[in-house]
Amino acid sequence: MSAPLTVFVEGLGLWTPGLPDWERFAGVLRGDGAPLADMPARPAPACLASGERRRVPASVLIAIEAAAQAVGMSGRDPATLPSLFVSAHGDGPVLDYLCEVQARAPAETSPTRFHNSVHNAAAGYWTIATDCHESSCAGSALDCSFAAGLLEAASQVLAEARPVLLVAFDVAGTGPLGETISSKLPFACALVLAPAPSAATRARLGLSLAPGAQCTEARHPRAAELAAGNVAARAAPLLESLAGRGAADATLAAAEGLGLTIHTEIVA
Amino acid sequence: MPAAIAPLAVTDYTLISALGTGRAAHQEAVQAQRGGLRANDFSKSPLDCWIGRVDGLEDQPLPEPWLSWDSRNNRLAWRGLQADGFEHSVREAAGRHGAGRVAVLLGTSTGSIGASEDGYRDLRDGRLPPSARRAHIHSLHSLAGFVAAAFDLHGPCLTVSTACSSSAKVFAMAERMLRLGLADAALVGGVDTLCQSVLFGFNALELVSPQPCRPFDRARRGISIGEAAAFALLERTGRAPQAPRLVGYGESSDAWHMSTPHPEGLGAQRALDDALARAGVSPEAVDYVNLHGTATIKNDEVEAALVARRFSPRTRVSSTKGYTGHTLGAAGAVEAALVLLALEQGRVPGNLGCDEPEPVLAEHLARQGEARPLRLALSNSFGFGGNNACLAFATGSVA
Repeated sequence: MSAPLTVFVEGLGLWTPGLPDWERFAGVLRGDGAPLADMPARPAPACLASGERRRVPASVLIAIEAAAQAVGMSGRDPATLPSLFVSAHGDGPVLDYLCEVQARAPAETSPTRFHNSVHNAAAGYWTIATDCHESSCAGSALDCSFAAGLLEAASQVLAEARPVLLVAFDVAGTGPLGETISSKLPFACALVLAPAPSAATRARLGLSLAPGAQCTEARHPRAAELAAGNVAARAAPLLESLAGRGAADATLAAAEGLGLTIHTEIVA
Repeated sequence: MPAAIAPLAVTDYTLISALGTGRAAHQEAVQAQRGGLRANDFSKSPLDCWIGRVDGLEDQPLPEPWLSWDSRNNRLAWRGLQADGFEHSVREAAGRHGAGRVAVLLGTSTGSIGASEDGYRDLRDGRLPPSARRAHIHSLHSLAGFVAAAFDLHGPCLTVSTACSSSAKVFAMAERMLRLGLADAALVGGVDTLCQSVLFGFNALELVSPQPCRPFDRARRGISIGEAAAFALLERTGRAPQAPRLVGYGESSDAWHMSTPHPEGLGAQRALDDALARAGVSPEAVDYVNLHGTATIKNDEVEAALVARRFSPRTRVSSTKGYTGHTLGAAGAVEAALVLLALEQGRVPGNLGCDEPEPVLAEHLARQGEARPLRLALSNSFGFGGNNACLAFATGSVA
């Protein structure tokens, strides 16, 4: 077994109904804050032009919102960061539309909704919004998407010795495809990961492959509720650790039969 | 500029497309300059275009143990894995390194969405028919999930989906994971199958040609969509010093537009330059470039200009999409396999479908096949969202 991969968290972002950012989420976990009762159903990330905000699907909005929060916290220039966007299903409603229109009237397929259906739509809009020419990637490992993404992001950080933005998001499905999509609420989280400590470091993560290991459950009822309602929120045990309310070691499923154990040390 | 990397050995590879099954079928078709495109006989609604279709997928469900993964895309993956005895190489690698030490990193743009489309044509009271209520086939991860299950592999596993660069990027991912010791071998590749949403989606963007695609021809009118699967097994070079090698890669973003390339090819140039930097070579060392060459007006214009400013005509270039069609998320791996074949055979594939080349590319473009010693070759893959990748391969060390 190889030595643990060590990466440093410089920024955190999060968006889900009632919890519009990382601080609100961490506050709720610590018991010194409550979810927002009244907030818009979709975020409006400032880096997207208003026309763009209307044109893109909700999954892209929440992914870019979480990404912008994490990069803002890190103090880094978004144009300098390679990025990886993971999502079990991408945008369920757009896929529902595409399948529905194929069955009914394929010649009416909307060109905009077609190009919004690519799994890298969020990555594409993010790089355009931030004028970022670095590598961007998008992937899925279904229920294991977050940990598989974290492993790939950390491997980019260490192989290239440079910071990387990781974003995980999913939304509920609609129509007949909706029942095959296990996410029932929108959730996105993002981390800026760096190869070395800096003034912006908030936590140090040690990642090790853990074949056959038992996965850690979220502790806080709100975090457990999110993890049950959204595939990207399977990150919850790590997010609890990062909020100072979880186990020092959390194991998440990274593949069939493969755990990823994350040792978290809060630095700031 | 990125630092040079240590090469990885490509210990086996294979492919299946409209040209046939396996390396020999592809080599013969390319040598004879015989394309695999046919008039569209796939979509349920008529669409006047040409496609690269693999015969027989309709009649060949997956074997019993994997039936729950059955879809056109996974059938094509399965047939590809069996071509050239590739599955034996995978099993041997798993035996050698352990099932937990083989990563499965595969690219696709649409996964099994064809199965979702079929379900929508057969709704029961507004629900998918019972046969289609299999959640795992409606996610893109249907692909790598199925392949990992079929070989019982438990290493890192991800389905990459960055449109038409998907299965080029998995080679880069595998290099990083092997370098960091997260795996000892990687099964990489790409699979995409014909489906109606892609045919009509590209048609809605006015990118589909009514005739067989004509990469780099001045009268080109767009893409012909194809289906294909291609796989490669990557391991450290110590194991196979004579095997061909992955020597570099570059990845970048255009930051320009969701479905149109950057007008000056800024992202494409950066991916190319990074691939050369990781390979530790200058453009003069490149013998052949397999171009993205989709035959859209814009892609070919931008890519031709990039080639002209980076390479002298000593570097030979061609697109192979005239043979296979544009196989979208599989294109990166398919064209990597065609580059490996070219290196092995010492033969530049002729650029099928081009009668009157873009003037700027006329001297570089191999319109006919050319026999010549090839040592280093590149493959370009560019996708929607401005997602670019370039791979560099070289022949192995001489025994």
